[in-house]
Amino acid sequence: MLKRKDLLGLYDLSAEEIDEILTTGASMKKLLRQNIKKLPHLQGRSVTTLFYENSTRTRCSFELAAKYMGAHAVNIAAESSSVKKGETLVDTGKTLDAMKNDVIVIRHPMGGAPRLLANTVKAHVVNAGDGMNEHPSQALLDMLTMRENFPSIQGLTVAILGDIRHSRVAKSNLFGLKKLGATVKMYAPRTLIPKDIDKMGAVVCRSREEAVEGADVVMGLRIQLERQHGGLFPSLGEYAKYYGVTEEIMKYAKPNALVMHPGPVNRGVELTSGLIDGETSRIEEQVLSGIAVRMAILFLLTKEEL
Amino acid sequence: MIFKHADVVFCDGVKRTDIRTEGGKIAEIAPDLHGADELDCTGLTVFPGLIDMHVHLREPGFEKKENIESGCKAAVKGGFTQVCCMPNTNPVTDSKVVVTYIKARAREVDLCKVHPVGAITKGQEGKELAAIGAMKAAGAVALSEDGKTVVSAKLMARAMQYAADFQLTCLCHCEDKDLVDGGVVNEGYYSTLTGLKGSIRAAEDAIIAREICLAESLDLPVHICHVSTYSGLQLIREAKARGVKVTAESCPHYMTLTDEVISSFDTNTKVNPPIREEADRLAVIEAFQDGTLDCIVTDHAPHHADDKNVEYDSAAFGISGIETSFALSYTALVKSGALDLSALARLMSGNPARILGLEGGEIAVGRAADLTIADLNEAWTIDPAQFVSKGKNTPFAGRKVFGKVKYTVVDGAIKYEEKRHDHR
Repeated sequence: MLKRKDLLGLYDLSAEEIDEILTTGASMKKLLRQNIKKLPHLQGRSVTTLFYENSTRTRCSFELAAKYMGAHAVNIAAESSSVKKGETLVDTGKTLDAMKNDVIVIRHPMGGAPRLLANTVKAHVVNAGDGMNEHPSQALLDMLTMRENFPSIQGLTVAILGDIRHSRVAKSNLFGLKKLGATVKMYAPRTLIPKDIDKMGAVVCRSREEAVEGADVVMGLRIQLERQHGGLFPSLGEYAKYYGVTEEIMKYAKPNALVMHPGPVNRGVELTSGLIDGETSRIEEQVLSGIAVRMAILFLLTKEEL
Repeated sequence: MIFKHADVVFCDGVKRTDIRTEGGKIAEIAPDLHGADELDCTGLTVFPGLIDMHVHLREPGFEKKENIESGCKAAVKGGFTQVCCMPNTNPVTDSKVVVTYIKARAREVDLCKVHPVGAITKGQEGKELAAIGAMKAAGAVALSEDGKTVVSAKLMARAMQYAADFQLTCLCHCEDKDLVDGGVVNEGYYSTLTGLKGSIRAAEDAIIAREICLAESLDLPVHICHVSTYSGLQLIREAKARGVKVTAESCPHYMTLTDEVISSFDTNTKVNPPIREEADRLAVIEAFQDGTLDCIVTDHAPHHADDKNVEYDSAAFGISGIETSFALSYTALVKSGALDLSALARLMSGNPARILGLEGGEIAVGRAADLTIADLNEAWTIDPAQFVSKGKNTPFAGRKVFGKVKYTVVDGAIKYEEKRHDHR
């Protein structure tokens, strides 16, 4: 049973808690597949998304998840709020609490900000991505997608290639997948591998071939152009040539291995267009899993009170 | 005044004796002294007055965080008889006026001795030398760019040369900002775990190496501030071995904590340089043992709660440390068996006095009657609510330590006496 006030990251969650979210998420997904978008689970509840970073996909996904379950959903974008006037996160949290919010979904460019908010407010806090720390709902939707395509996550080999250093997605996936018994391999330019990630259980590889070898799932992570300007690699072209995942590289993976990406994708950089649009791609399915898993998170966190 | 039956910490060991002070000086050290004004020190240990050569008193400019009065109250409560305050005030301590102001305020407060450290460059901007001669004349005892490194090695070399004409040493905060690249914690397992941006040891070591090279080339002294890395300590150790005039300090938090503490995102653990790994912590203790490190300082950096009750990245760097330094150092270094009491007295009094040319530093006839009197057997729990400093920012809340300061004596006058209700 998910008996916690907040969902801040997968590092804190037990395998049982992750399993419960995924099981609930799978049920939600079945309903969504039947185009059922009027569920009673959050009726009379308020959910606010508080985003200090631009996001279309995640914010929209959380908002629809809340609305499909009947919640009052409000969006706050930091650019248009009192944050611009210099209000601290703690004060913003107190204000949202006073407005009787039940859940605050926060995205923030600084690691640990959701924890600071959670320590301040009575509302449930859901981390929708904090700096380079965690992005638990993304990893959960990735795992839900995997679970629906394989008998079990236990024993799977997942290869993650891309900007791992700056990726909260890679870390949340690492923590979650390890807890469910998967092997996580990683590959990137050395400048994009964070220190001691191997000590957290990742198998850090020395080539694309080694990383993809025997993988059930190959996940690309977005490479941002500003990392090139930061001197972390010479060009997107060189990245694609030496580090990108291509049809040739996918031959090292298990037959019909799945291709995944949290989006948005740079076509021809992390993954070739052929892979993105190919039969083994689950990138669009990930999006539906996203709404389902976020419905599950919002429901399970608020359930005890209903 | 006569301090009776004390265990007195001398350079070469501890002896049970009495101390008589007169006219602010130590007049006589012998057993069985008698006089009108006696203080029974049975069961207590008397150290030469502790000196903290790296504190931030925040006045002028940041009195919300601390002022000279609250800082001096905290200092004497921590057992310190002399402190050197860093120049990152507002206005920057880069002129005779500010140095004179700080000295005057400290005289009014009349608790411990306050020695201003002047900025190396005007406004700490790294462009032109500050008024070094004028600041010396007003009472500055050293120069430092404090939280900044003088980016130009050429200007740093010239500062060291010019300062030497006025018998001033440069105290160097070593940090290559370009390498730090926005890092707020040590780069390692815990920076990856938390996603907080890490700063590699080389960011500190590269400037330590540069300052050593300058000191060696110019054959002038240099002092390295708050060393936190095992590799930086090795650079200093090797430089000392070949005769470079380099001295160095480190802080209680580097000898007691590892970067595991950041995993709570507690902003009280945010300090610059960052708390590093176990190998670094052990190297700091070893460096205190083998003489690579000369001084224990606190880098006392009081902040208002508003500066810390924010996101980790947004929080101010620094630890309010002056009230916990003695107990943490005694517990980590002496109670643990790493050092004896005389060695601790050298690190917290003798060496800072020698490096900066201050009075005190040793219990001997004719020296200033600056004494720190402590009960080494008393165990207590650190509680920031009990701090007299305005800065309650400590990562040590709840930590059990040994060694409680009972009296702080400055120029023969008791400036701090532990009140009964403080006991608990």
